[in-house]
Amino acid sequence: MNSVPAVDQYPGVEPLRPWAVTRSTRLKNLSRLAVFAFVAFLVTIITPLAKFDGWAVAFLLINVAWVVGQNSRLGAKERRDAVLRVVFTSLAVVAFVPWLSIFVTVLLKGYRAIYPGYFFSDMRTSTPEDEFNIGGAGHAIVGSLIMVAIATVITLPLGILSGIYLTEVRGRMTFLVRFIVQSMAGVPSVVAGLFIFTTVVQPMGKYSGMAGGLALAVLMLPTVSRTAEEVLKLVPDDLRSAGYALGARQWRTAIMVVLPTVKSGLITAGILGIARVIGETAPLLLTSLNTNGFVWNPAGGTVASLPTYIFSMFMYGTEYSAARAWTGSLVLLVLVFGFFTLARRLGATAAQTAKTDSRKARNLKKKS
Amino acid sequence: MTQQNADTTTTVPQRADAAPDFRGLETRGAHAWFGTHHALADVSLRFPERTVTGLIGPSGCGKSTFIRLLNRMHEFIPSAAMAGEILLNGSDIYDPLEDPASIRLKVGMVFQKPNPFPAMTIRENVLAGIKLAHLKRDNHDDIVEQCLSRAGLWKEVKDRLGAYGGSLSGGQQQRLCIARSLAVEPQVLLMDEPCSALDPGSTLRIEETIRELAEKITVVIVTHNMQQASRVSDFCAFFLTDGGPGYLVEADATRKIFTNPGDSRTADYVQGKFG
Repeated sequence: MNSVPAVDQYPGVEPLRPWAVTRSTRLKNLSRLAVFAFVAFLVTIITPLAKFDGWAVAFLLINVAWVVGQNSRLGAKERRDAVLRVVFTSLAVVAFVPWLSIFVTVLLKGYRAIYPGYFFSDMRTSTPEDEFNIGGAGHAIVGSLIMVAIATVITLPLGILSGIYLTEVRGRMTFLVRFIVQSMAGVPSVVAGLFIFTTVVQPMGKYSGMAGGLALAVLMLPTVSRTAEEVLKLVPDDLRSAGYALGARQWRTAIMVVLPTVKSGLITAGILGIARVIGETAPLLLTSLNTNGFVWNPAGGTVASLPTYIFSMFMYGTEYSAARAWTGSLVLLVLVFGFFTLARRLGATAAQTAKTDSRKARNLKKKS
Repeated sequence: MTQQNADTTTTVPQRADAAPDFRGLETRGAHAWFGTHHALADVSLRFPERTVTGLIGPSGCGKSTFIRLLNRMHEFIPSAAMAGEILLNGSDIYDPLEDPASIRLKVGMVFQKPNPFPAMTIRENVLAGIKLAHLKRDNHDDIVEQCLSRAGLWKEVKDRLGAYGGSLSGGQQQRLCIARSLAVEPQVLLMDEPCSALDPGSTLRIEETIRELAEKITVVIVTHNMQQASRVSDFCAFFLTDGGPGYLVEADATRKIFTNPGDSRTADYVQGKFG
C-alpha cells in the first residue's frame, strides 16, 4: 500500500512522526486519569462532597491542581492552554461516566440470562420464572427486526424523495414540506401509536406487525427526511451544473449524479432513523402488542418486539423475568450500537475509497 | 457604447439577413440581468463553425454571464433575466418551444473548476452524458477511447479506466471533463476559464486539445490569460465595464486585436496596462 521504493536510496533514513503522541505517553495519561478518578471517589467518601456531582467536581479540581502544580517552566500562555486542555479532558471523562455506567449496569444485570438459545428460542414453552437455559427472546428480536424493516422500506424512499424535493426541486411547497417534517419530529411517540391504532388496527380488527411497522415509520420519517436533506445539501452545485451542461434533465441529474455522490450519507440517514425507532415502546403497545412465539407474518396478529418483551418481563416482576428483561435491554443496546457502527463504517468506506484512489494516483505520479 | 458596436459591424454583422445561411452560434443584442442588476448589455457577436473565439476582458465585465447565456445555464440563477436573440444555426435557442436540455446537448460547457462526477469511474464519467440524456449508442468502448484521445488524456488513463474521477490530478480532471463534454457530440463547446486552476504543462496540453477540437466544432473560451487567447483563438472579443453593465468593446481576428486593435482601450488591455 505504501510506496516504499524497492531500492533503498537513502540508507539510514526512517519515516518518523515526531508530532505523534507515543504509546507510553498515552498510557501514562490514561492511567493518571484513572488514578485521579479513584482519588476523586475517595474524596467523596471522606468529605462532604457526595454522589456523582461531588465526584465530578473533585475530579475536575484534582486534574486542574495537577496541571497547575506541574511544570513551572511553562509560560503564561502555555499554562493557560494546559489548564483549558485538562478542564475539557476531565469534562469529557465526566460526560462519559454516566454512559459507561448505563452500559455496565445493563451488562451486569443482564449477562446471567445469556446463553446461545436466548437468541433462537421463544417463550411459548417456558414461563418468565424458568431457569435461564430455557426459552429466549428470539421471537422479540425477529419481531423488532421485521417491524423496523417495514418502517425502513416505507421511510427510506419517502425520506430521500422529500430530501430531493427540498434541495433539488425547491418547489413552491418547500416551506410547507419542511414545516411538516419539523412538526412530525415533535410528535410524541404514543400519538403516532394512537394514530395507527385508529387508522389501521381498529379497521383491520387486530393488532399486527404491519401496524407496528407503520407506527414506527411515522416516527422514523422526520429523522430520515431531515438527515437526507442535510446530506443532499452537501453536494456541490458544480456537479449539478455539469449534469445540466451535458443535456440532462433535472430528474436524471438528481438520480444519476446527486444521489450516487452521497450514497453513504443516505445509508447513514436510514440507519439513524432505525436507531431512532428500534427502542420505541409506546407505539408498539398500541399497534403490535406482544406475544410469546415467533411470528413471521406481518399481518398475522400480535407480534413480540424487544421493547415490549422488556416491558412485559419487568412487569412480571420475578427475579428471573427481571434478569431476562435486562438481557433484552442489552441486546437492544448492542443492536443500536451495531447499527451506528455500521453507519459510521459505511460512511467511512466511500470516503476511504476516494482517499485510497487519490493516494494511488499520487504514488503513480511519483513513480513516473 | 453604441458607437463601439457600430464600429464592429464589419466583423460582427448585427443583422441575420446580412448572411442568411450563417452556420454557427450568433447573438443579437443580448442583455442579461440578475434581479435589477444589469450585468451585460447589447452584445452582438458571431461564432462561425469550426473556429475558436476567445472572450477577454477584466473581471466582472460579464464574460461568464455571456457564456452562460449561450447554453441556457443563465436561467438557473433564480433572479436571472435576459433580452435579445441567441441563434444556433439560425434558430433561436430561447424560443419557448425549445427544450433547454436538448440545447445544452448541442452546446456543451466546461467549467472553471474541474467537476468530474466523484461517484463515477473515469469510463463512467466519459459516458455520463450519454446515459444522462438517454442517447442510444452501442460502441461505448470506442466512444471512451475516442473522447479521451481527443481530450489528450487517453495515454495517461487507458490502464485505469475503472479508477474514480477524483483520483486524477487537477489538469487530468479538467481534460476528463472535456472528454465528458465531447461524448455527447456537441456542435459548440463553451469553456469558462478552463485553465485558471491548472499548471503550465496541463494548460498547454488543453490548449493543444482546443486547437484539435476546432477542426470539428465551434469553441468559445473565456480567458484571463492574454498569451492563451493569442495562442488558441481565431477571433477575440473584448468586453469591458464602466461600472455599469458589461459591454462588447470590439471583436475581430485575434491577430488584429493583438497587433492593431480598433479601440485604444483594447490596446491598453492586451498590453497589460490595466485589468
